[in-house]
Amino acid sequence: MARFLLTRALQALFTLWVVVSLVFLLIHATGDPIAVLAPQQMNAHDRAILRAALGLDQPLTVQYFRYWAGVLHGNLGVSYYSGQPAMRLILERVPVTLELVGLSIGVAVLLGVPFGIWAAVRPDGVADRVLRNLSVLGSSVPTFFLGILLIYVFSVAFNILPASGAGGLQHFIMPAFTLAFFRIALFTRLVRSTLLETLNQNHVRTARAKGVSEPVVILKHALRTALLPLVTVFGLQFGQLFAGAVITETIFALPGMNRMALQALYRLDYPIILAYVLVVAAMFVTINFLVDMAYGLLDPRVRDHG
Amino acid sequence: MSASKVPLLSVQDLRVRFSTDEGIADAVDGVSLEVREGETLALVGESGSGKSVSSLAIMGLVPRPVGEVIGGRVLFRGRDGEVRDLLRLPPRALRRIRGDEIAMVFQEPMSSLNPVYTLGEQIAETVRLHQGKDHRAALRVAAEMLALLGIPDPEARLSAYPHQISGGMAQRVMIAMALACRPRLLIADEPSTALDVTIQAQVLDLIARMKREIGMAVLFITHHLGVVAEIADRVTVMYAGRVVEQAPTAALFATPRMPYTQGLLRSVPRLSTDDSARTRLEAIPGEAPNPFDQPPGCRFHPRCTHALPGTCDNAVPGMEACGTDHAVRCARWRAIAGVPA
Ligand SMILES: Nc1ncnc2c1ncn2[C@@H]1O[C@H](COP(=O)(O)OP(=O)(O)OP(=O)(O)O)[C@@H](O)[C@H]1O
Ligand SMILES: [Mg+2]
Repeated sequence: MARFLLTRALQALFTLWVVVSLVFLLIHATGDPIAVLAPQQMNAHDRAILRAALGLDQPLTVQYFRYWAGVLHGNLGVSYYSGQPAMRLILERVPVTLELVGLSIGVAVLLGVPFGIWAAVRPDGVADRVLRNLSVLGSSVPTFFLGILLIYVFSVAFNILPASGAGGLQHFIMPAFTLAFFRIALFTRLVRSTLLETLNQNHVRTARAKGVSEPVVILKHALRTALLPLVTVFGLQFGQLFAGAVITETIFALPGMNRMALQALYRLDYPIILAYVLVVAAMFVTINFLVDMAYGLLDPRVRDHG
Repeated sequence: MSASKVPLLSVQDLRVRFSTDEGIADAVDGVSLEVREGETLALVGESGSGKSVSSLAIMGLVPRPVGEVIGGRVLFRGRDGEVRDLLRLPPRALRRIRGDEIAMVFQEPMSSLNPVYTLGEQIAETVRLHQGKDHRAALRVAAEMLALLGIPDPEARLSAYPHQISGGMAQRVMIAMALACRPRLLIADEPSTALDVTIQAQVLDLIARMKREIGMAVLFITHHLGVVAEIADRVTVMYAGRVVEQAPTAALFATPRMPYTQGLLRSVPRLSTDDSARTRLEAIPGEAPNPFDQPPGCRFHPRCTHALPGTCDNAVPGMEACGTDHAVRCARWRAIAGVPA
């Protein structure tokens, strides 16, 4: 176990290093932050001073090693604009994003899983057909359209939910649902197909032959053995949402980390972008680790073979 | 009729149809058979003849929607003496019978166990369900059953998972699970194929003992005619979804009437204990018929040396009595046996 954890930790560090390095090289290839940062009327001399102050006059390799030297000392640089430590700025925004993502995954699982079971129990029945059509809708409506539609109905027409900003739970209802919509459809389809496959397996037949009641056959025997692929997708979706809520955060003006990163990208505020990438990559690594641990808990075969 | 002749299970004109991409297969086409109180009925026939599907239909376990029971009755006489048609029983009532009064051992033991639960839990589940025992008492029963099947260190086995045991062991666990509630009817589909000879004998012994002790009847599906001779009271022979001969074991071995049965017996020259009977069964000349395109008339006629054009390829012959408790489905059995009409 200790050996396993050590391997995973090293893999995680390696992943973080690769991802941050790639982004470091990419953003330096895309533009010049000074061009965005400096006021139009600033003269070349002052620009050079500014560039030197930010360390942007150095060769790329020097900048790169300086960056990592800083990281090792817990210093990820300061925002070119506010002068605040980049990591702190991003971390301050993480709770809003986490709440949004957690809520939408929660809604998607709580609705998608029962819907999927419902559809699988009677394939081609009424529920199955209705859900299938809804899920086509769910996967084809663009996020921005759904978001705007919700704002129009619930904020403009009926004025029962706030259209923007973060405060209480009511600020998260529409954004979370916007994000969840596609995932409800995804989870419904996924649970349906995995369950249909498992329900035909021999061990499920054994359970029925033992006289186990149908709800227990489905939940204890079929769904339980079908959990592995589901957990993988739940994990993947969590990671994707964490870094993919940018449109939703923007439409609903939620002060999440994605919106901050988008703004930083416009302004080429490198330290913020890199801090963001580091946080997202760390999140992915953590989720992967948790999914792997869940595998071991859920499947004795994985437990034995590592 | 003596008490032992009152049927415990009476399957009448059972029909099961599979609708697949390749076509429609009437895998079970009007099967009737009978298992009497306390007896062992062997169900034999080539691979694909519909033995497993018939047994699944009895238990209401034909995979849907590919397969469908399209006709027939499955009359079962319960502990309370009531006779019920299992095909028309409400789900709750059927569940009370499954695993308790009728238990089943499936052909593929390994995949028939749930990979994520311990062997103990899987055996105990049946006991909890039907005998209202708590989990610990049910686990004790599970350990006793494993011990009965000659599994060493049964207590330790309870916490093992299916992937940690061999196919033969899985087979015995399945049997332990089936016998745990002391069923009145055991349906055993090739229960001894995955086992080596000594363990096979041990399992057959245990089944025989349960028969004596609790008056259990057995529907024993097998390819192995050696085993049939050893344990069966009567034999039902299937070919291509139909019953073609039915007789007490001794009569079947002494005077087989259907040319297909004769072929089967010829391909097993002695009562062998090895497993080569399976391959020899398929040694009847010709190929097993295509399930999606069965020949008209007697389905065996294309492979039958006695087939008469105009007769055998025309109408489906009915089951006809040809001895005491002995019936055959063959238009020409009298001519073949030299019995005057
Ligand atoms: N799930 C299924 N889907 C489609 N057809 C099936 C299915 N199960 C069985 N069949 C059909 O039913 C026929 C009878 O199969 P069955 O399993 O009952 O044979 P069997 O007599 O048990 O053979 P074996 O001795 O090999 O176990 C086969 O020819 C097959 O075409
Ligand atoms: Mg079979």
